[in-house]
Amino acid sequence: MILALLLLNIENLRKSFGTPGGSVLTVVDIPAFSLDSGQQTALCGTSGSGKTTFLNLIAGILKPDGGRVELDGCPISEAGEAGRDRLRARTIGYIFQTFNLLQGYTCIENVLLGMSFGPGADRRWASELLERVGLGQRLDHFPRQLSTGQQQRVAVARALANRPKLVLADEPTGNLDPASAAESLGLIRETCQENGAALLLVSHDRGVLGQFDNVRDLADINRAAAWPGAGEAKS
Amino acid sequence: MLSTVITAFSIALASGLLMSVWVVKDQARASFTGVDSGFDGVFGARGSKLQLVLNSIFHLEASPGNLSWVQYERIAADRRVATAVPIAVGDNYLGYRLVGVTTNLFDVEYREGKKYAVRDGGYLFNPKKKQAVVGSFAAERLKWKVGDTFRPYHGLIFDENSDRHDEYVVCGIMEPSNTPADRVIWIPIAGLQNMAGHDPATASDVSAVLVKLRSKISGMMMNQEFNLQGDVMTFAWPIADTMSKLFNKIAPVEMVLRAVALLVALVAAGSILASIYNSMNERRREIAIMRALGARRSTIFAIVVLEASGIAALGALAGFGVYFVIMSAAAWFIRQETGIVLNPLEFQPVMVWAPLAMLGLGALAGLVPAAKAYRTDVAENLTPIS
Repeated sequence: MILALLLLNIENLRKSFGTPGGSVLTVVDIPAFSLDSGQQTALCGTSGSGKTTFLNLIAGILKPDGGRVELDGCPISEAGEAGRDRLRARTIGYIFQTFNLLQGYTCIENVLLGMSFGPGADRRWASELLERVGLGQRLDHFPRQLSTGQQQRVAVARALANRPKLVLADEPTGNLDPASAAESLGLIRETCQENGAALLLVSHDRGVLGQFDNVRDLADINRAAAWPGAGEAKS
Repeated sequence: MLSTVITAFSIALASGLLMSVWVVKDQARASFTGVDSGFDGVFGARGSKLQLVLNSIFHLEASPGNLSWVQYERIAADRRVATAVPIAVGDNYLGYRLVGVTTNLFDVEYREGKKYAVRDGGYLFNPKKKQAVVGSFAAERLKWKVGDTFRPYHGLIFDENSDRHDEYVVCGIMEPSNTPADRVIWIPIAGLQNMAGHDPATASDVSAVLVKLRSKISGMMMNQEFNLQGDVMTFAWPIADTMSKLFNKIAPVEMVLRAVALLVALVAAGSILASIYNSMNERRREIAIMRALGARRSTIFAIVVLEASGIAALGALAGFGVYFVIMSAAAWFIRQETGIVLNPLEFQPVMVWAPLAMLGLGALAGLVPAAKAYRTDVAENLTPIS
C-alpha cells in the first residue's frame, strides 16, 4: 500500500476585497481543502467564483485575510513576503491563462528566467524541457514568433523548470481551440506526472474537466461562491 | 530601445564633455606653465610681464616695445646671466612669425637634455645671410623643404597687401620640439632688424632678451633691481609664475565650464530617470510576471538599478569616443594657434572618476523608477480578480 503524502492543506481560508463603493466583497471562504503529493485535481467554477484568487492565495501572490495555507509543510499564509517569494520560486509552478511569457525574451530565456529566481539557471534542463514539449527547434524564438499553442507549451516548460512539487494551472486551455486544448492538457498532465508534481487545474470547460478523475466544484468548497448572491458586495 | 540609445548617448556626451573640460584645462595649464623654452626669465620694454612672455616664449601677442642693442649687451654682460638670447619680431609669412635670433638659441636646452636641432639635410643659418631655419609645424603646414625660398610680409598679422621683403632661403627644418618654437620661422636677428620697411633708427633694437640665470638668487635680485626699483625694463621671472597668473585670472571661466559639464551630467542622469520611470508603466505586467515566478521585490529593485547603471556604463564607455573627438579637435586647434601639444591619450585621473561618477549618477537615477517597480502589485497587474 502506498501512503500519499499531504502536500497542500488549507483551513478556513478567507479573502475579501474592498469595492469602489466602499463595501467589502468576500471572494474566498474555504473551510478546508487539501491535495496529496503527485495528485491531479481539477477545480471547476463559474466565472467570478474566485478561482484565480484561490490559486493566487495558494501561490502566495495574495495574502489571506484569515485561515491557513500549508504547502509542503510550510505555512505559506504566515510567511513574510520574501518567504512566499522563495516558496513560489522553488515549490510552485504556475501556468497562467494568458501564459504571461515575457515578450522580450526567447523561449529558452523565458524558462531560464524562471529558474534564475529559484535554484539557478540550468540551460541543459531548460533545453530538455522545451524539447519535451516539442519546442526543441525553437529555443531561440521569441513568443511573438510562436503560435498560441506553442506559447502555452513554453509556459508549461517554465512552470516545470524548477522541479516544483505543485503546478497551478489557471484555465490553461482557455485560449486554445479544442484540438490544441486536448493536446495541451495531455502534455501538462504527462509532464507533471513525469516530474512528480501535483497539479491543481481550474477550468470551467467540461471537456477539460472530463479528463480528470478528481474534479471538485468550487461552489462546494468555497462558501463565498456557494452563498446565494455570491460575488455581491456586502457592507 | 531608441530611448535607451538616446539616453546612453546623452551620458556619453556628458562623460566626454566632463573629461575634455578637465583634461584641456589641466593639460593646458601644465603645458603653458611648463613651457619656458629653457629660459629663466625674459627682459623687455617696460610693460606687462604676461604680454612679454606671450610674445617672446609663446610667439603670441604683439611685442610690448623694444630694448636697445646696448641694453641687450648690458644684460648679456651681467655676471648673474649665464646666457642671453636676443629676439626680434615684426614680420610673418602667411601668419607664421619670423623671429630674428642669434645662433646661441640652438645651444640652450629647451627641455632637460634636449636642444633645438636641425633635421638631416639642413643646416643652421649663417647670421650674415638671408637664410631661415623653419619650425617643424610651420614647415609641415607651408610644405617647405630645404632650398625653398620665400618673401616675408611686414607685420605680425598676415596681410597680403602689406609690404614684402627680400627673398629668404630655407636652409634647415627643425626637429619637432612640441614647443611654440615649432611654429616659428627663425632667421638671423640682423636680417630682421635690417629688413626693408623697418625704421632705420631702431634697426639695432631687440624685442626681448631671453635669459638663463646662474642661480635663483640672481633672479630674485634682478627682479628687485629691474621691476621694483628700476623703471626702464620689465623682467618677467620666473616664466611659469607669469603664466600661472594668467590661468588664475581665467579660473572663473574654467569654473563656469566645469559647472556646465556637471550640469550636462545631471541632465543626462535625469534623462535616465525619466526614460526608465516612463517605461515602468508599460512594464508593470512584466514585473508582475517576474514576481509571480518568484522574483523578490529586492531583486526587481536591483534589476531596475542595474538597468540604469548598465545604460550609464554604456554611455560612459562611449564617452571615451566623445572625449577623443573633442580632445583631438581641441588639441589640433591649440597646436595650430600656440604650438603647444596636448596629448588626448595621456592618462588623467578624470578618465577614471568621470565614467565612475556617471555610473554612480546612473545608479542613483535608477533608484526612483526602481522604487516604483518595487511597489508594483503582483496580483493587480498579473490577472484580474475573478
